[in-house]
Amino acid sequence: MTDLKLIVNGEPRTISAPATLRTLLATLDLDPRMVVVELNREIIRRPRLAEVSLADGDTVELVHFVGGG
Amino acid sequence: MTGLQSPELFSLAYLSPMTNATILIDPPLVIGGHRFRSRLFLGTGKYRSNAEMVQAIEAAGAEVVTVAVRRIDLDRRKEEGMLYHLDPGKFFLLANTAGCYTADEAIRYARLAREAGFNEFIKLEVIGDKETLLPDTDGLLKATRTLVQEGFQVMAYTSDDLITALRLEEAGAAAVMPLASPIGSGLGLLNPYSIRTIKRRLNIPVLVDAGVGTASDACLTMEQGVDGILMNTAIAEARDAVAMGAAMRHAVEAGRLAFLAGRMPRREVAVPSSPSSGMIE
Repeated sequence: MTDLKLIVNGEPRTISAPATLRTLLATLDLDPRMVVVELNREIIRRPRLAEVSLADGDTVELVHFVGGG
Repeated sequence: MTGLQSPELFSLAYLSPMTNATILIDPPLVIGGHRFRSRLFLGTGKYRSNAEMVQAIEAAGAEVVTVAVRRIDLDRRKEEGMLYHLDPGKFFLLANTAGCYTADEAIRYARLAREAGFNEFIKLEVIGDKETLLPDTDGLLKATRTLVQEGFQVMAYTSDDLITALRLEEAGAAAVMPLASPIGSGLGLLNPYSIRTIKRRLNIPVLVDAGVGTASDACLTMEQGVDGILMNTAIAEARDAVAMGAAMRHAVEAGRLAFLAGRMPRREVAVPSSPSSGMIE
């Protein structure tokens, strides 16, 4: 089993291969309904999170709504 | 009782406190085909606690609340997300692109915000200067054109410049949001003439965004005839945010009602209110 090296929200992280975006969210204990996901600058819509596999070197952004004016 | 909601119309019926008869009806605020209940929009930043924020929003009677898009802090509790505190079934979540300094960056944030799945509206900010947070109007126009093409309802945070406002309208913005004064400054309405002129010349809704410091600022702003106000710091930084929320609700309604009522003319000389005839010798 190999580890995938990712950059998640600007920080290096590793995850065991194979992994999808859905796996990553589960690993981070994040509710997919509360998160918007960008993979290598492309938005991945919620229904596709379980289909999109992660590859070594991927950059992931996980964003949500915070207080703001 | 004033400001009673008419649920069918989503407009305000102002009632006489004595007879309960309708004094006048304020037409509903419609932006991009969507009807809004309140002309007071609130930001959700800088509150001392989420509980105080929710109470302040309720006291203000606001329906539209703005939120920002940010990275999830993976090392902290995920409950910092606004969706854990604001029920999207109860409030209209208006995402902003605060903190973006280029059109491309703002477009990226807008797309992410839309993906959250609540609505097509975006409060578009493209900031041009760190000290004043004044808008970069070139970037704003560019981002507006792109986002309109992508089906967004763009509410553009802009300067109090008429020409920019006209171009934003031309570019397909759903509303323009000129500032009263810089974001978070609390300096109040610095140029009533500009705001009045923008409102007079545009056909799309004009909402003043930023700069209101206290209730009288909100009232004076609404008296210019604008369609609404968005504020954050004036409430969040008040010693009692909930009380200030209530004050702002009254101020926005009072200003709106005064505008609809039509003020008396300004005169340089006095005109007596009591009869000048019938004085005793």
